[in-house]
Amino acid sequence: MGKAEKGADGMVSIAFAFLILAGFLFAAINGTMAEVNEALFASMGQSIELAISLAGILLFWTGVMKTAEAAGMVKGLADAVQPLLARLFPEIPDGHVVFGYIASNMAANFFGLGNAATPIGLKAMRELKKLSGDGDKASRSMITFLALNTAAITLIPTTVIAIGMKNGASDPTDIIIPALAATILSFFFAIVLDRYYAFRRRR
Amino acid sequence: MAVWLVPAIVAVVIGVGIFKKVNIYETLTDGAKEGMQTWVSIVPHLVIMMAAVTIFRASGAAGELASWLAPLLSLVGIPADVVPLALMRPISGTATLAMLDQIMQEHGADSYIAKLAAIMQGSTDTTLYVLAVYFGAVGIKKTGDALKIGLLADAAAFFFSVLAATWLL
Repeated sequence: MGKAEKGADGMVSIAFAFLILAGFLFAAINGTMAEVNEALFASMGQSIELAISLAGILLFWTGVMKTAEAAGMVKGLADAVQPLLARLFPEIPDGHVVFGYIASNMAANFFGLGNAATPIGLKAMRELKKLSGDGDKASRSMITFLALNTAAITLIPTTVIAIGMKNGASDPTDIIIPALAATILSFFFAIVLDRYYAFRRRR
Repeated sequence: MAVWLVPAIVAVVIGVGIFKKVNIYETLTDGAKEGMQTWVSIVPHLVIMMAAVTIFRASGAAGELASWLAPLLSLVGIPADVVPLALMRPISGTATLAMLDQIMQEHGADSYIAKLAAIMQGSTDTTLYVLAVYFGAVGIKKTGDALKIGLLADAAAFFFSVLAATWLL
């Protein structure tokens, strides 16, 4: 706390405080306090429903990945992708199995398997935390991995296409190419940003 | 294709596992147990995040802020009609899907606004959710530059969406 909370580390805390306090302030001004109360208590139930729906997926895919690891498949993948990923993750030791988890997570994101991407990504994050010495501070690799996930490339945005179909778009798939272009550009932008901030931290 | 993808992945993993003499049932359940621990550690983050996002949205703060930002964002080519979606995108995936649906109903699914909104939605992810879940699951409290990078990448994606909607649609 204190000094360590200053700067970028406290940003998430500030973001949450802002969302909550700005919300209450506007509710007081706009006279929407009743709606806020109602929505707030409804959200608590909804978040548990979301958590429950996530639980089965999380348990299942972590089981599948554990099996893949025991069969040596994650390590095999790790060796295959290491030449590509090692430049992005200079802190990960040569031949470490986490390269395999990172690659599996990116592949699942790419193919729109969000269900599988999250459990695999969480497994990768755990491995990265072990590598960083188990503190409560995000290591360079963890920040890079998070950046790759928030800006992950999606080949086909299926939900968006479904909404287009529902609303009677003449060609709901015509957004695939432009969306892919935008997601690829922002993915590389995120990598550049990540490198820039990593460089700045080291100075 | 997606209906074949998941079964294929699981079948290959189990097939290779048997070939390598892995105790399939044990690794599946051991892994699930590990997943259970992960789940327990992300639930608190889900509850708090959804509460904060709900307060922000239900109060009308999100809408108000969007109307303030609209003139500024129109300078870089982002139309006022998609600004609320851009503002909510990093914090709530479900809220923005509802907004996209609304935009399509209002402007027509084939309108430029609807297509742009769809491209923006399709090319980005819910940054705050990903951050809360991923870092929450492993107990990271000091998040460094992660949020900054995620939000700037979202902003870039919106800008690229406008370019892509103009040139590639």
